[in-house]
Amino acid sequence: MKGEAEVANGNGSRQPRGFHPIDKARDWWADAPQWQRYGTYLVVLVLALILPAPWIGSFMSPDSDWTNVLIFPIGTYILLAIGLNIVVGHAGMLDLGFVAFFAIGAYTLATMSTKYGWAFWPTLVLGIFLAAMSGVILGAPTLRLRGDYLAIVTLGFGEIVRITANNTDAIGGAPGITNIPHPEPMFGVEFFLDPAPYYYLILFAIVLVIVFSVRLHKSRVGRAWAAIREDEDAAELMGVPTFKFKLLAFAIGAMIGGFAGTIYASKAVYIAPPNFPFILSATILAAVVLGGAGNLPGVILGAFIVAWLPERFRFLAEYRILIFGFVLVLMMALRPEGLLPSRQRKAELREGTGGMGAMGAEVAGPDSEASAEVTK
Amino acid sequence: MSALFEFDNVTMRFGGVTALREVSLTINTGEIFALIGPNGAGKTTVFNVVTGVYQPSEGEVRFDGNRVDGMKRFKVTKSGIARTFQNIRLFHNMSALENVMVGADAHHKTGAIGAVLGLPWHRKEEKRGREAARALLDFVGISKVEHEAAKNLSYGDQRRLEIARALATDPKLLMLDEPAAGMNPAEKNDLQVLIRKIRDDGRTVLLIEHDMGLVMHISDRLAVLDFGQLIAEGLPHEVQNNQKVIEAYLGVAEDAS
Repeated sequence: MKGEAEVANGNGSRQPRGFHPIDKARDWWADAPQWQRYGTYLVVLVLALILPAPWIGSFMSPDSDWTNVLIFPIGTYILLAIGLNIVVGHAGMLDLGFVAFFAIGAYTLATMSTKYGWAFWPTLVLGIFLAAMSGVILGAPTLRLRGDYLAIVTLGFGEIVRITANNTDAIGGAPGITNIPHPEPMFGVEFFLDPAPYYYLILFAIVLVIVFSVRLHKSRVGRAWAAIREDEDAAELMGVPTFKFKLLAFAIGAMIGGFAGTIYASKAVYIAPPNFPFILSATILAAVVLGGAGNLPGVILGAFIVAWLPERFRFLAEYRILIFGFVLVLMMALRPEGLLPSRQRKAELREGTGGMGAMGAEVAGPDSEASAEVTK
Repeated sequence: MSALFEFDNVTMRFGGVTALREVSLTINTGEIFALIGPNGAGKTTVFNVVTGVYQPSEGEVRFDGNRVDGMKRFKVTKSGIARTFQNIRLFHNMSALENVMVGADAHHKTGAIGAVLGLPWHRKEEKRGREAARALLDFVGISKVEHEAAKNLSYGDQRRLEIARALATDPKLLMLDEPAAGMNPAEKNDLQVLIRKIRDDGRTVLLIEHDMGLVMHISDRLAVLDFGQLIAEGLPHEVQNNQKVIEAYLGVAEDAS
C-alpha cells in the first residue's frame, strides 16, 4: 500500500491505474496521509453508530424493525463474512460448511447458559474456544486436500453438525433450545427487549474483528496465506509451513464464526437446528465472493447487500427471493471479480490461478504429483 | 574443504521409470558446483530429492552432517537449503519486496497472536525482514522495482527475484535451476558476477545449467548426468574432454560402433 505512491513516478505500473471511480477512490486511499485515513475511520464509525436511527430505517427496512434487521441478518452476516473471508479470501480455501462454527458458538451459549447458568462473557469465550477447536479437529485431517475435495469435506461437516444437533436430546434435539437468557447488564445497560444494546454489541464485535483481520493480513501470517494461495508448493519450499498456516486460517475463521454464533444465540432467545442450514453457508460465501474476496470493505459491503436485499423487498413476499437471485446474477455479470475486489485477487482471478479450488488453484506445476506428500 | 552436502547412492524410481540410478555426489563448502547433462537426464530430480519434494527410493541425502531425505520441505529450507525453479515460480501478484519477505519469514517466529496484538517482537521481526528484503533486492540489482508485482518484472529480473527470495532464507547451499535460461549475453555476464558474489558471501552454490560457456567459466567442479546416471565428475576441463560426456551430448559416431 505504502509504495503505491511511487507508481506515478514512471518506472512502469505496478498495477494498472483504473479509471473506474472505485479504483480512483482506492488510489486516493493508498496515497492518503494518516490523518485522512483516521478521519475516514471516524466518519464510518459515526455513521455506524447512528445507523439504527428510525429515519434511516423507514427507507432501509419499511416492513420490519430496522435495528433488529441490523443485528440479524446484517450484522451477523457481516461478522460471518469477515470470518469466512480469512479462509476463502486470504488463504484461498473453499469452505462450504462455515455455518457449522456459527452453530457451535450458538449451541455453546444456549447450552451453557440454560443448563449450567453460565454468564454471557465466560460463555462467549468458551464458544469461541470450542469453535476454534472444532476448526482444528476438522482441519487437521482434511487440510491436505485441496480445492474441490476440501469443499466437499467442509460441506459434509456443516451438515454433520446440524444433524448431530437435531439428534442429540442433551442439546435440545429437534425442538431446539428455548429461554436462552439475555446477557447480563453492562455499564448499566439492560439487554432485554430493546434491540439497540445488541446492535452496539455486534458493532463492537465487528470493529474488533476488522482490526484483527487487517493486522493479520499485513503481517507474516497474511504474507504466508497469500503465498499459499498463489503457489502452495513454492511457498512450502521457501520455508512456509503451509499446513500450519492453513490450519491457522481455518481456526481463526472458525473463531469468528463462533463469536457470531454466541452473540446471535444470546439475542435470539430460541435456537433450533433449522437455524443453521447449508443455505446460510452458501449465502455467506456468496457475500464474500460478491463483495470481492480478500478485500475487507468489499466483503462487508457484500454481506450487507446479501443480508439487506431480502429484507428490503419483504413486501414482495415470496417474490423477494426471485428479486434477490436476479440482483445476484446481475452483480456477478457486471462485476465478476466482486464489487470491491482486492487488486491482487482480481489479478489472480483474471489469470485463473490462485484461490478457491475449482476456480483455479489446481494448476499443475512440475512438482504437483508430489504435492500429496507435503505433509507427511 | 569439508563436505557440506552428500548424495549417497541415491536411486529415484517413478513406477517403472528410474530417474536417478545410484547417484553419489559430494559438494564441498564454498564451492560452485555445476550439474549438467542432456534434457531428461535427471538434474531437476536431484533438486527435488534434495528439497524433499521427492523421497528417494534408495540411498541417503546428507546435509551439514544431518540426513535431509524424508524431512518436511519447509524444514529442509530452514536447515539451510534454498532453491530456484526452472520455470519461474514466484508469487506473481505479490510485490517483489513481499516475495523476498516470504523467504525472510522462514526464520521468523511470531504468529497470529503477535500480529493481532502488535507485540514488540513482532514489529521488530517485520522491520528486520523488510530491511533484509530491501538489502537483498539491492544485492541482486532490482531494488528499483521493489513495489512492482512480480509478474510485471522482466524475465531476467524475475530470475533475479527468485534468487533474492531464495537468499532471504539465509541458505548455506543455494541451488539454482537453469538461472541463465532465456537471458541475453549481457544478462548472463551479470548473472555470473552475481553467482560469484553469492559464493564470496560464504554460500555454496549448486547449479543446473545448459549454457556451457557459463558453466565452464564459473564452476569449480561439475558433474554430468545422463539417463539418471552420473557419467563424469571433476574439474571443468577434465569433464570437457571426457569421452563419455562427448558421446552423451553429441551421440556416438557411426563408425565407432
